[in-house]
Amino acid sequence: MSIASIQVSETPLVLYALRRADDALILGHRLSEWCGHAPMLEEDMALANMGLDLLGQARELYSYAAEVEGKGNDEDKFAYLRDVRQYRNLLLLEQPNGDFAHTMVRQFFYSGFADLYWRAMMKSDDAILAAIAAKSEKESAYHIRHSSEWIVRLGDGTAESHRRAQSAIDDLWAYTGEMFEADDSEWALIEAGVAVDPATLRSHWLKTVTDVVGEATLSLPKNDWMQQGGRSGRHSEHLGHLLSELQSMPRTFPGATW
Amino acid sequence: MVTALLDDTALRQQAWDIAAGVVDPEIPVLTIADLGVLRDVAVTDGRVEVAITPTYSGCPAMNMIQLEIELALEREGFRGAKVRTVLSPAWTTDWMSEEGRRKLRDYGIAPPAAGSSRRALFGVQEVACPQCGSVNTEVLAEFGSTSCKALWRCKSCREPFDYFRCH
Ligand SMILES: [Zn+2]
Repeated sequence: MSIASIQVSETPLVLYALRRADDALILGHRLSEWCGHAPMLEEDMALANMGLDLLGQARELYSYAAEVEGKGNDEDKFAYLRDVRQYRNLLLLEQPNGDFAHTMVRQFFYSGFADLYWRAMMKSDDAILAAIAAKSEKESAYHIRHSSEWIVRLGDGTAESHRRAQSAIDDLWAYTGEMFEADDSEWALIEAGVAVDPATLRSHWLKTVTDVVGEATLSLPKNDWMQQGGRSGRHSEHLGHLLSELQSMPRTFPGATW
Repeated sequence: MVTALLDDTALRQQAWDIAAGVVDPEIPVLTIADLGVLRDVAVTDGRVEVAITPTYSGCPAMNMIQLEIELALEREGFRGAKVRTVLSPAWTTDWMSEEGRRKLRDYGIAPPAAGSSRRALFGVQEVACPQCGSVNTEVLAEFGSTSCKALWRCKSCREPFDYFRCH
């Protein structure tokens, strides 16, 4: 990388906004990798549209983080000039697209959470976060509907689609626990009424996921061991590869415009 | 043209009318006033500041709309007008005017169902064909050609059509 990474003052609110912005950017980027490769035209458009929704959410959250931080950073600097260890997204979202079933299961697990999470965040005492939540909630609702339909279609489809969907669930399950974790930094905001405790959403999420997975004739793993680390910058090797692509232009040609 | 004789109230009305006339680049029959995107116009010492609200988080038309507002005001003599984005409260398709819904239908796009509640999102949707008015319609693709549209088909007249999604 030819230009230096920025420094970020991670106060609780800045860190909070960056974590959600990184979630949206990284998943949005993953979805954009499908562009031109999806199994059918309608699905290509759906994946691109969902990616665009997430990119929009990321931009609003990065801009808010920049405003709160007040150190001259902006949405582009946050996205392009932080290295792997400075990224705060959930491990689930950086996992490779794999086959279509892996992409849909990842989308299903996350949107099921995001839908509940943003709906709860609409009551945040922070007016900007509440407004971002009100938009993201509607977008997430479309995403969970879309991915749920696919889970049922894949699970209750052919033997091959069933096998692939089950294998995706088994592979990604251990990354779902991180969505419900909150550290001390986040607890400061939860106690102040700015953020919601994600753990309170877990039973509702599990019910939705169990219902859809059941309808799809698939099953959830019994294994409860959960992987974490993304929120504090400890990532899988996949994120570095993703960032090297996402950041290559601004890192190679700093300040380039066209 | 702006003259020193106009006071701020008259200037504000003039600036409002100019901004209100800017159209959505993707659906050029709709103005930003029809869409409910135009939120406020303020005039301070002859300087105009327009507040707009984004529709969908990732809608690429928003940058275009911002630029179009600045250019429209510039053309009418308002120098250095600024456009700012207001996030709260969040835009909903319920803010689309009746006039906007009618124009959308005439253009061949089914307008969003009113009451953008989660019921409208998840309930049984009845979307009337903008060509023949039949409600014997079906969804082809939930995500259409732009962030705001889904692709539907009329089973009566067989025409495919865009539906402006509830938000
Ligand atoms: Zn028809």
